[in-house]
Amino acid sequence: MQQSTPAAQEWRPRIIAFFCNWCTYTAADLAGVSRLKYAPNTRIVRVMCSGRIDPQFILDAFVHGADGVLIGGCHPGDCHYTEGNYKTLRRHHLLRRMLMDMGIDERRLRLEWISASEGDKVRDVINGMVTELQTMGPLALNDNMTRFDAELESDLDTYLVTLSTKEVEHA
Amino acid sequence: MPEKPKIALYWCASCGGCEESVVDLAEGILDVVAAVDILFWPVALDFKKSDVEDLADGELTVTLINGAVRTSEQVEMVRLLRKKSAVVIAYGSCAHMGGIPGLANQFHRTHILRYVYQEAPTVVNENQVYPEIRHSWNGYSVTLPEFHATVRSLDQVIDVDYYLPGCPPTPALLAAAVNALLTGTLPPKGSVLAPDVALCDECARKDSKPENLSFEQYKRPHAIAADPEVCLLAQGLLCMGPATRSGCGALCVEGNMPCTGCFGPTSRVQDQGAKMLSSLAANMSAQTDEDIIETLGGIPDPVGTFYRYGLPVSTLRRYRDTES
Ligand code: SF4
Ligand code: SF4
Repeated sequence: MQQSTPAAQEWRPRIIAFFCNWCTYTAADLAGVSRLKYAPNTRIVRVMCSGRIDPQFILDAFVHGADGVLIGGCHPGDCHYTEGNYKTLRRHHLLRRMLMDMGIDERRLRLEWISASEGDKVRDVINGMVTELQTMGPLALNDNMTRFDAELESDLDTYLVTLSTKEVEHA
Repeated sequence: MPEKPKIALYWCASCGGCEESVVDLAEGILDVVAAVDILFWPVALDFKKSDVEDLADGELTVTLINGAVRTSEQVEMVRLLRKKSAVVIAYGSCAHMGGIPGLANQFHRTHILRYVYQEAPTVVNENQVYPEIRHSWNGYSVTLPEFHATVRSLDQVIDVDYYLPGCPPTPALLAAAVNALLTGTLPPKGSVLAPDVALCDECARKDSKPENLSFEQYKRPHAIAADPEVCLLAQGLLCMGPATRSGCGALCVEGNMPCTGCFGPTSRVQDQGAKMLSSLAANMSAQTDEDIIETLGGIPDPVGTFYRYGLPVSTLRRYRDTES
């Protein structure tokens, strides 16, 4: 992640949104055509079905700097491929639990059913998620990775000093 | 007569099983010992670090390192061995992916030390003595290795040439690797020395694995008497076979125990845990939030289940920096 933003500029959460082609992506399109305003923090990735969203994509988004991941699919019963969104729902529940166990706030992963006509829901969901992420602050998994590598390279004495200050903070 | 290949074996954060598996070559080990010169193997023979330091760079033909890397001593030793070796093989799940010790990355270092030195039920430590990396007393000074904040796989510390997967690797795989080495028929650098297909492929129960599993319940091995013929997943047991590399001969499954994933994923999979989670969850029959949550209750510890051997190499890479 590049830290080129001047400190004066406010931090804005980054959201990666995976939207299914048949419902939510069309709804996002509609929101655009209807000139509905929503926060510009979201990068949308179109997939054919929410069931195509491999949990690996979601983890990847987090380690590459996303503060939140939003999945949009058709309402249950409306999936173009009959079953895809049920698979998504089940994965979503298990993945949220796993993220929590890995120390990541499970609210950073969100699943919403948004049909093709619900442009205003796209706006509300994205705005709502931005607000929620703003209260949580950056996920900054990359910083973890940097510390992870630094530990190995720092000489022992410097490392111990930083570690003990940290541990005092934690105690 | 050409010189015999020079070999070293070393262990880091290890249970000893990997060292044991080398001895499990049984009488085959005699052939190996006759064919090579063992220059360093602290667990079995009396060598010192200085013996390794005295070698020329690259003088060791091959070094097998097992165990995960957590302490400063392990970092130092594997770096030294890397320098002295032409080929380094990560031997076993712990060196390959962080292994069982890697599960400690779910907890903060402070927690671990506090638990081990104070809170564990069998520990009495009234003066709250903790290991210090340097201690001076009466004019003497002693040191201990530092316990790092994280557990690492071997390739997160040094360059690794090959991986022998397994917890521990099977004697057959080891023999094949040694043979490939001696005859100069090793695959490209970076290869995992086992087949690149899922375990189900070599499992005797494969034919009974249904196309649609529709789990209504996940069961744990102690809770049922599993049918010894039928695919374990089809019986609701969390068999990691579909997300795990083959090459072990499906030993656990043959023993009526589900695969726990020690060979790691195939080369097409980036994250073994996410992949298994994906397939299991997709194959449930529940359709409502409540039913789904109830069914998922059968998986009490997702991280320990899906990343049992590979938390340090998982995408989120496992470094817990908060105490909560
Ligand atoms: S891979 Fe398995 S047998 Fe080898 S050291 Fe690790 S836990 Fe022990
Ligand atoms: S899931 Fe397990 S028991 Fe079933 S075929 Fe695969 S390896 Fe064998």
